Amino acid sequence: MSLSHKQMQMIKRVLWTVSLMIVAVPFVFPFLWMVSSGFKNAAEIFGQPSLLPATWRWQNFLEVFDHQPFARQYFNSLYISGAVTVVTLVISSLAGYALARLRFAGSALLMLFLISALMVPEEVTIIPNFFLIRLMGLMDTHVPLVLLPVFGAHGVMATFLMRQYFVALPKELEDAGKMDGLSRIGIWWKIALPMSRPALAAVAIITFLHSWNLFLEPLVFLSSLEKFTLPLALANFTDAYGLPLWHLQLAATSLAVVPILGVYLIAQRQIIESFAMSGVKG
Amino acid sequence: MTPSEKTTTMAHASRVPWLTLRRKEALEAWLFVSPTLIGFVIFFLGPLIAVGLYSLTEWNLLSQESTFVGVANFRDALTVNPDFWHVVRNSALFALGLVPMNMALALMLAIALSRPFFGVVFFRTIFFAPVITSAVAWAIVWKFLLQGEAGAVNQLLASIGIDGPNWLREPNWAMFAVIVTRVIKMVGLNMILYIAALQAIPRDYEQAAQLEGASRWQVFHMVIWPLLAPTTLIIMVITTIGSFKVFDHIYLMTGGGPENGTLVLAYYIYQQGFEFFNIGYASALAIIMFVIVLALTIVQLILRQKGSG
Repeated sequence: MSLSHKQMQMIKRVLWTVSLMIVAVPFVFPFLWMVSSGFKNAAEIFGQPSLLPATWRWQNFLEVFDHQPFARQYFNSLYISGAVTVVTLVISSLAGYALARLRFAGSALLMLFLISALMVPEEVTIIPNFFLIRLMGLMDTHVPLVLLPVFGAHGVMATFLMRQYFVALPKELEDAGKMDGLSRIGIWWKIALPMSRPALAAVAIITFLHSWNLFLEPLVFLSSLEKFTLPLALANFTDAYGLPLWHLQLAATSLAVVPILGVYLIAQRQIIESFAMSGVKG
Repeated sequence: MTPSEKTTTMAHASRVPWLTLRRKEALEAWLFVSPTLIGFVIFFLGPLIAVGLYSLTEWNLLSQESTFVGVANFRDALTVNPDFWHVVRNSALFALGLVPMNMALALMLAIALSRPFFGVVFFRTIFFAPVITSAVAWAIVWKFLLQGEAGAVNQLLASIGIDGPNWLREPNWAMFAVIVTRVIKMVGLNMILYIAALQAIPRDYEQAAQLEGASRWQVFHMVIWPLLAPTTLIIMVITTIGSFKVFDHIYLMTGGGPENGTLVLAYYIYQQGFEFFNIGYASALAIIMFVIVLALTIVQLILRQKGSG
């Protein structure tokens, strides 16, 4: 039996989709397994594996809150990430605007200077920053978790993203604003920023996620449970011997990850584009 | 100078003599960049210089004593301490495993997903999802999946007759496991960068080559791959630097173990500085890391320049 061209195309397409699905397994499976194991009891976790729990143990999700001040930690992550995002948006768009639009001696040098920061891992500067924060009396507070991402490599990346966007914007509206007697800051706020929504959105998305997922800095600067952020809290679901309490840890991890995934699924186009714009992560 | 600029300049000159239009613009510029610049000096440049100074001292946080020892910490790392070269080897292995695997997979996925077909958005969304997920969550789940006999991965392998290793308890398998799980976590990012680059290539190029009778492989090899070169370079630099930064992933999956089999440089710095409080030695390690990352970046840039020149 010979196949028509159309049938061949059809078979190719099916094979294609099936092979992509196989590749997708290690990308999807961890999320599914995480949520389902969050519903299992301690015994079933180590028993015969099955994707669906034998009995759905909702209590895990309540016990998460008994084991640690998890609601408080959740709130910490939310408000710290929010603060980092707002501060980064303001100062990176200010600096990005100046680097794109204003002529001043030393701007090229300043750019080079900032670019070099993108190459330096935060592990290189974490030790002096520890002493600096201690000197400022800010240990076990959330202040360094805002300051370091804002002024470190991540803030520089945001500044460049904003600069690239401003450079590509047409100048005419800003010139008109100048004619109307707007001050420089007025032009930035009333004309340049409203035209840069896509770049601002990209910076906001990447910055929020960066702060939300930060681990080394909280690990170094925080010591009391009620100050912990989510990543630190998740790592901390252990018994008295330091062994993981898997059912609680996975329930807590689900609580931390699933809302973010939900937002991602709704806004995936916007989020993926934001990362494509930055091109400077990871 | 245009007439209108002249009048403005003169108007300013009458109020504040030295504030010409040009100077005013420069002053405004510095005001705009000042928050970034001041923070950058305090929390980045200052610390970078400080870590260089610390590296020349013998400073243990427990004894509270700090003495100048010159390059002794570097000599210690490079010639005395056997851990150091082991750690460098681990970091090199991690990078050599991760970068090619990540880039090859990213390119293949990008080629598969750069043209519209039914389900393309679905697959892109899936392959990118781990990128936005916290490394801590990702590491916790994979640690759970990769447990010895009870782990889901080994149970799955057992069902097809393969006796899986105790992934995270055997040094070589542990290294393999952290590399592969890290690639799965981050490959989506390089994938979308490659997709953007592929979509920017005009279709005529390919069609012209096909008309000339080029095979699919020839089209890719002779047309597409050279056009992707700038993207490939950026991706290679970012991914290499990124591979040296990896800390949380390894901290949670293996804790640097077993037998220090996954102890990489970033982790070693943390361990020496914040677990053993050897500030001088840890700072020397930080400087070495800085130099390695800088050197790799420069080498890659030069290689690419030669390749294209």
